[in-house]
Amino acid sequence: MDIIMIPPHHRMARRARPQRITWLARVALLIGLLLLAAAASAERVGGFVLPSSQAATAATCVEPTEYMRRNHFELIRHQRDETVYGGIRSTKHSLAGCVTCHVGHDGDGTPIPIADIGQFCNACHRYAAVRMNCFDCHATVPVGEGWNQTVTAPSAPTAQLADTALPPGHPSRGQPAPDR
Amino acid sequence: MNREAETTATDPHPDLTSPPSSAPAAAAVDQTRRALIGTAAGVTAAAVAPGLVLYSNANEAAPRTDPVSDVHRWGMLIDTDRCATGCTACVTACDRENGLNLQAKPLGDDQDKWQNQRATWIRKVRLQDNLTGRMTNLPLLCQHCENPPCVDVCPTGASFKRADGVVMVDRHTCIGCRYCMMACPYKARSFIHERVEQNLSRAPRGKGCVESCNLCAHRLDNGDISTACADACAHEGHHAIVFGDLKDPDGPLRQALAASPNRQIREDLRLNTGVRYAGI
Repeated sequence: MDIIMIPPHHRMARRARPQRITWLARVALLIGLLLLAAAASAERVGGFVLPSSQAATAATCVEPTEYMRRNHFELIRHQRDETVYGGIRSTKHSLAGCVTCHVGHDGDGTPIPIADIGQFCNACHRYAAVRMNCFDCHATVPVGEGWNQTVTAPSAPTAQLADTALPPGHPSRGQPAPDR
Repeated sequence: MNREAETTATDPHPDLTSPPSSAPAAAAVDQTRRALIGTAAGVTAAAVAPGLVLYSNANEAAPRTDPVSDVHRWGMLIDTDRCATGCTACVTACDRENGLNLQAKPLGDDQDKWQNQRATWIRKVRLQDNLTGRMTNLPLLCQHCENPPCVDVCPTGASFKRADGVVMVDRHTCIGCRYCMMACPYKARSFIHERVEQNLSRAPRGKGCVESCNLCAHRLDNGDISTACADACAHEGHHAIVFGDLKDPDGPLRQALAASPNRQIREDLRLNTGVRYAGI
C-alpha cells in the first residue's frame, strides 16, 4: 500500500489542525459523560441479593439493611465467640443463618455455594475488594445444621404454618424466630 | 438448689405442642379456612405429644440462649467388657456426625499414609495382656480432662476448656503448630493437612487446624443431651458408652459410675479426665 507523506509545512497539514482539536474535544466530552454515568451507577450500590435466595423475599435483613452493609462482620465476629465459647448457636446473627437466607438456587432448586463467583458474598466482596476466608472452613450451602433456625424439627414449621396460615412454599416460613 | 433452678430457668421457650392461640384473630377469616387451620393444629398436637413422652428432656430441647456454665460437666463411662471386637459403630457414627467422612484422600497419596493422616476423633484400640492373653477393646477419644495438657501448651489460647468441661479448639485462633498434639497423652487430636471440599454447617473444618472430639457440642447446645457414639453403640445393642453429666448425682452417668469399678487412663497424670473406663 502506498502512503502519501504530507510534509508538515504543506497547506493541507495546516488546515487539518483545527479539525483534530474538535475531534479531541469530542472524545474528552464522551469520556466525561462515561465518568458521570459511572458515578451515577456507583450510587446504586447494592442489588447483590440474589432473586433466587430467601432473602429476596424478606422485607429486611436481621438488622436494617444500611446497618448490615457496614457492620455485618462486627455481628458475625461477635456471634462467633458467643458460639465457640458460650455454645450459643441459634441467634439471628449466626453465619449459618446468613448462608441459609442468602444462598442462591439454580433452576432445579439446588443451592449454589454462597462464595462462588457472582454469588451473594463473593459479588459484594469482589466489588469492595475484600477477601475473606470464612468459607475455607464454613459450609457454603446450608447442610447439616443440626440447630439452625430454618431446619427445626418438622413439628415447628407445621405449628407455625397453622398459626399464620401460610402456604407451604411461602418464604417467611422458617424465618429466624426472634429470640430473647 | 442451683441445678434445679437452672433447669427451670433455661426453659423460656414456648410450648410448640399447644395449639396456636390465633382463633380470635382469625375471626374475619371465612369458615372453611378456619376449619382447616383448626384441623392442622389438632394434627400437630397429636403428632408431637408422643415425642414428649419419649424424651423426658424434651422441654430442654431448645437452642440455648445463655452461655454454657459449670453447672454441668459432661463426661462418659465406657464399659470395655461390652465393647465388641470388630465393631466400629461409634467411629462411623462420629465420622458422619462431624463430617469426618467428607475428607478425601489427596491425589497420589498412599492409602496407609492416608489412614494415619486423616482426622479421627475416636480410635478403636485393642489391647492384649501378654501374660494372660486377655484382649480388651476400647474406643479412645479426647478424655476431656479437668486439667488438659493441650490447653496448657497452646501458644495462642486456641485450645481451651469450655465452662461445661468440653475441651475444644477455637479454629479462628489455632495456628496449626500442633503443640497440643504432642502434649496429649491420649493421641486424641488430629491435624487437617488438606483443604476439605465439603463442610457441614455444624462442623466447620479447614486446612491447617487441629481438632478433636467435642462431645457433640452442637447437640448439647441444642438441648439434646447425647452424643453420636453413645447413640450408635446403644443402637448396636452393646450399650458400652454412657454419656451424661458428671455433676448430676442422680443422672445416668453418676449412677453408672457408682455401680461398677472404673478408672481413668493414665490416672497417674492427675488430669481428672471426664471420660472413664470400666473393665480395664
